[in-house]
Amino acid sequence: MAKQTSFFRSISRLYPHVRPILLRLVLGLLSALLASLVALTIPQVLRVLINESLQPGGAHDAVWTAAVVILLLGVAEAVLVALRRQFVINPATTVETRMRVSLYGHLQDLTVSFHDRWGSGQLLSRAMTDLNFLRRWMAFGAIMLVVTTLTVVIGIVVMFSMSWQLALIFMAAAVPIMAYSFRFRTRFSKVARRSQDQAGDLATTVEESVHGIRVLKAFGRSREALENFNEQAEELRQTEIAKAKHQATFTLVVTLLPELALGAGLVVGVMLCASGQLSIGALVAFFATAAVVATPVEFSGMLLAMALTAKAALDRHFEVMDSVNTITSPPAPRKPAELKGTLSFNNATFAFEDAPDKPILSDINLAVRPGETMALVGITGSGKSALIQLVPRLYDVTAGSITIDGVDVREFDVGELRRVVAVAFEDTTLFSSSVRDNVLLGATDRSEEALDEALDVAQAHFAYSLPAGVDTLIGEEGLSLSGGQRQRIALARAIAARPRVLVLDDPLSALDVHTEELVENRLRAVLKDTTTLIVAHRPSTVALADRVALLEGGRIAAVGTHTDLLAHNPHYRYVIASLDQEPRDLDSELSELEEAADAEEITR
Amino acid sequence: MSNATFGTANEDNAHLSKADSKTVRRRSLALLARLIRPVRLRFWLTIATVVLSQAARVAGPALIAFGIDHALPALQAGDNLPLVLTGVAYLLAAVATAGLTSLYVTSTARLSQAMLLDLRVRVFRHTQRLSLEFHEKYTSGRIIARQTSDLEALRELLDSGVSSLASGLLFMVFTAITLFALDWRSGLIVLAAGVPMFFLARWYQKHSQIAFRESRVVSARLIVHFVETMTGIRAVKAFRKEQENAEQYSRLSEDYRRVTVRSINLNGIFQPGLVLIGNVCVAVVLLFGGFRVLGGDLAVGVLLALILSTKRFFQPVDQMAMFYNSFQSAQAALEKVSGLLEEIPTVRPPKNAVELRDARGTVDFKGVEFRYGDGPVVIPTMDLHIPAGQTVALVGQTGAGKSTLAKLIARFYDVSSGSVTLDAVDLRSLSTTDLRRNIVMVTQEAFLFSGSVAENIALGRPEASREEIEDAARAVGAHEFITQLPEGYDTDVNKRGGRVSSGQRQLISFARAFLARPAVLILDEATSSLDIPSERLVQHGLARLLRGTSDAGTPAGAPGTGRTALIIAHRLSTVETADRVLVVHDGRIVEDGTPADLIGGGGRFADLHGAWKDSLV
Repeated sequence: MAKQTSFFRSISRLYPHVRPILLRLVLGLLSALLASLVALTIPQVLRVLINESLQPGGAHDAVWTAAVVILLLGVAEAVLVALRRQFVINPATTVETRMRVSLYGHLQDLTVSFHDRWGSGQLLSRAMTDLNFLRRWMAFGAIMLVVTTLTVVIGIVVMFSMSWQLALIFMAAAVPIMAYSFRFRTRFSKVARRSQDQAGDLATTVEESVHGIRVLKAFGRSREALENFNEQAEELRQTEIAKAKHQATFTLVVTLLPELALGAGLVVGVMLCASGQLSIGALVAFFATAAVVATPVEFSGMLLAMALTAKAALDRHFEVMDSVNTITSPPAPRKPAELKGTLSFNNATFAFEDAPDKPILSDINLAVRPGETMALVGITGSGKSALIQLVPRLYDVTAGSITIDGVDVREFDVGELRRVVAVAFEDTTLFSSSVRDNVLLGATDRSEEALDEALDVAQAHFAYSLPAGVDTLIGEEGLSLSGGQRQRIALARAIAARPRVLVLDDPLSALDVHTEELVENRLRAVLKDTTTLIVAHRPSTVALADRVALLEGGRIAAVGTHTDLLAHNPHYRYVIASLDQEPRDLDSELSELEEAADAEEITR
Repeated sequence: MSNATFGTANEDNAHLSKADSKTVRRRSLALLARLIRPVRLRFWLTIATVVLSQAARVAGPALIAFGIDHALPALQAGDNLPLVLTGVAYLLAAVATAGLTSLYVTSTARLSQAMLLDLRVRVFRHTQRLSLEFHEKYTSGRIIARQTSDLEALRELLDSGVSSLASGLLFMVFTAITLFALDWRSGLIVLAAGVPMFFLARWYQKHSQIAFRESRVVSARLIVHFVETMTGIRAVKAFRKEQENAEQYSRLSEDYRRVTVRSINLNGIFQPGLVLIGNVCVAVVLLFGGFRVLGGDLAVGVLLALILSTKRFFQPVDQMAMFYNSFQSAQAALEKVSGLLEEIPTVRPPKNAVELRDARGTVDFKGVEFRYGDGPVVIPTMDLHIPAGQTVALVGQTGAGKSTLAKLIARFYDVSSGSVTLDAVDLRSLSTTDLRRNIVMVTQEAFLFSGSVAENIALGRPEASREEIEDAARAVGAHEFITQLPEGYDTDVNKRGGRVSSGQRQLISFARAFLARPAVLILDEATSSLDIPSERLVQHGLARLLRGTSDAGTPAGAPGTGRTALIIAHRLSTVETADRVLVVHDGRIVEDGTPADLIGGGGRFADLHGAWKDSLV
């Protein structure tokens, strides 16, 4: 549960957004006020006109005048109603859009670890539902709240001028209402917030159920997923009903108390009249005014609920906007004098924020020479993927540093760093756009040759035979590709970026042996001038590397050539040596491997 | 029914032809009717509360009038009984008004929430039913849009509209009756105002319908883009796509804004237009009545009453306009939702399922032919017999059709002709429960749901005990890393397993399959991200599972004798353990035999095998 801030503090944060449109909001407010004033005036004017100027046998002109006056007032009312919207709608939607775009921008900036924690459904509900509601509140709820309050205040003043005794009785009802409204505020805010959070969680569940549809289908777990969803949706329903109950009780109070006061007022008023302390005319006028005031008071329950919901929506908005992006460019970014591509890890340590005592990587010291290809080998969970993500600063080291040509990666401009370093992840994300745009995403050279070259290296020639060739739409909204195809597009993307430092996370895992070999042959030439860090699970991938770093339990256990490590490091042998179904011939197999390796070494 | 708008086809088109527009509107209304049906009692009750509370409200002013007109003179005459009665009646009316009003606030919420829950669950269930073929075309973002912003539109209608419509209509009817009672001529004038109102409403409907449809389309686009960015945030950052994304998003947001403004502006003409018509009507009544007063045909008091009634008659028009506005919006949203619900799953559970509780695992392809939709034939006629308990490796180049074969056995797709059978029962005659209990497929993308590691493994068999879950994890060698996680098996895997590496994710998804203990297990590149020692462990566990040995955790009575396995792998190690290898090329099986036979045979497999051996160095 997020902590509760006061209503005005939350709402005041809207001010910077609202300031540019404040004038138009005020104009809208005035239009609304005038419109209700005109609406109130029309009956009074009618009364006067009819009583004063319409007599049997009177002048025709009087009828015409009366009709024209009423018509004009009527037109004025309609125009004012239209004006209120005209003044408010454009600016309110502009504020909404600006807030939405800045939320999106901020979310893109926030670190990967932030996104690890937040489901995209939660974020989506903030960007859509919350901001839509906020706009509606600005354009309608807030204005009506002011109009209503003013109407009530003016009405009460008028009532006092008519009869202070009766007005006091009426006011007596206001005291418990005020007291109750405080309680309502805290309670309703809490429930409103809970319902918004639950709606966000529900959206996250929907998102997961769609992204994980294959797993759900493969295990026939749609029913369980449905039950889980149903449970969550039911919780949301309960919360909404709880919300409605709070609102209903408040409505009950604000309807009942003024009415009770009026009932008492009626009895007292009649008695006052009887004793001659009050004229009948004043009594009638008092109740006429009270009727005008009672409606907006009742309405206040709905308006207050709306304001509180808007407040919760704002809190949710700023909860994300207040999250600080910890991975930013320094005020004065540095750049190496000459970009050669020396990559070194100096006592680099990394732990996830919420588990600082369980570092994933500790004291990593590793130097990759310019143009060198270094393979990272280790068992699942030894920290290879984490290490790789530190280079383009998807995460920051928690201690130590990583430098490129002697400059700490945190001193680079972030954009510049990611231009220098390109990555291919093992779970490939393709965007909904053409093959061309996906491959040339990070490329400076967007020529046809660059595209062909990258596709060729990655052996992604299949792209040309897609329905619209390299302009075929792929990604979620386009053609779905197989795992191997996706991986090759992602590899082509990393290559096309022509980085100084290339970081590849097991980029060939989904390829068949033939394709893997073809890719490797081409890749070797490309990698010659590029500093490369490549996560490898197979000897075939290791073959691309000049040296190998062995990771064990988040530490570098050894660095050396494949042959070296194979010969002298038992853990390396354990990790990389080909597996055979039975351990029976593991030894003979190993010596065979070594012989073969030696043989290859000689032929080179 | 026109085909052009069936289901989600043509969903992005806001400018539909007249016939199409009618079709989707009807579909949308039908859905609304279906949603109301189960709660119709509450629906009428809610309306009754509204009506009663309105009636109670009217009693107040009447009592005040009574008090002034009768109780006051009575009191002056020394009789205080009428005053006491009036006071008590007023209090009762106040209590009734307040009680009924608050009752209808909760009742409206109950009604609208019940309908929303119903619709949410309907949409969720249906999207789960829809086949993969559909999901590969329709995006997750769109489904989310249907489930969130479209439902929001319906919610607005339900929360604000219904009660105001009912009370407004009733109010208008009563006022109209009083009007006619007072003077039928003026009543006719008021009725005549209905004509321009009708045309204004028609105009509004025509235009707002398009605007609201556009709004649905654009908001879905906005959501799709948003979801795609947030789920692919690492790649966005790594390739500095932020700028481009921000531009696209602000363009989409601006589109959304414009379309929102358009719909609001339409309402901004419609609503004041209605107010204007009402006010003009008041002036006309005044004009006609005025002349008649001058002529002495009409009393001034009657005219005053007439005009005030006319004015009051048009009061609820404001609310009605608001209702019509949210109704249009909700209808456009329901057009999309009903389209999604109309989609027919291509893979459907049978009407009369053949029961098959514990299959032995014999799989047969009989004259199977397969194509995606109307596309080219992917698998030409295939006959294949896989005896129970056999481990079959499928090899072949990327795109040869291995995964397609696997998906046919898992019934992710249905064959175009011929049949696939399990223990001689056509897969299409198996209930979903039996099918999924007996056949499980593990794919390369190991998706984790938010929740704990244990919950993710338990997906394989939800009723499994913690012990069984841990056994499954142990069997695939995942136990060790899981216990090292901050909270062991109860660690939250967060969003898409942010915390565990993809190798670990694959281990977890393997553990799922282990826990499920199906008769037929399909592994589609399920070990590609594993390092060699992990793969070794998985294979060890796999061998045990497939042979049915050391099944301490199996409940008595379950078949312990071997499972059928179909393994697609690029890795020799996996293939060599198979009893039989099928080499697939262009959708046909070109080689079939034991690994040893095929290596000796000098065919494609022998080639592949050679390449593999080379790659192991």
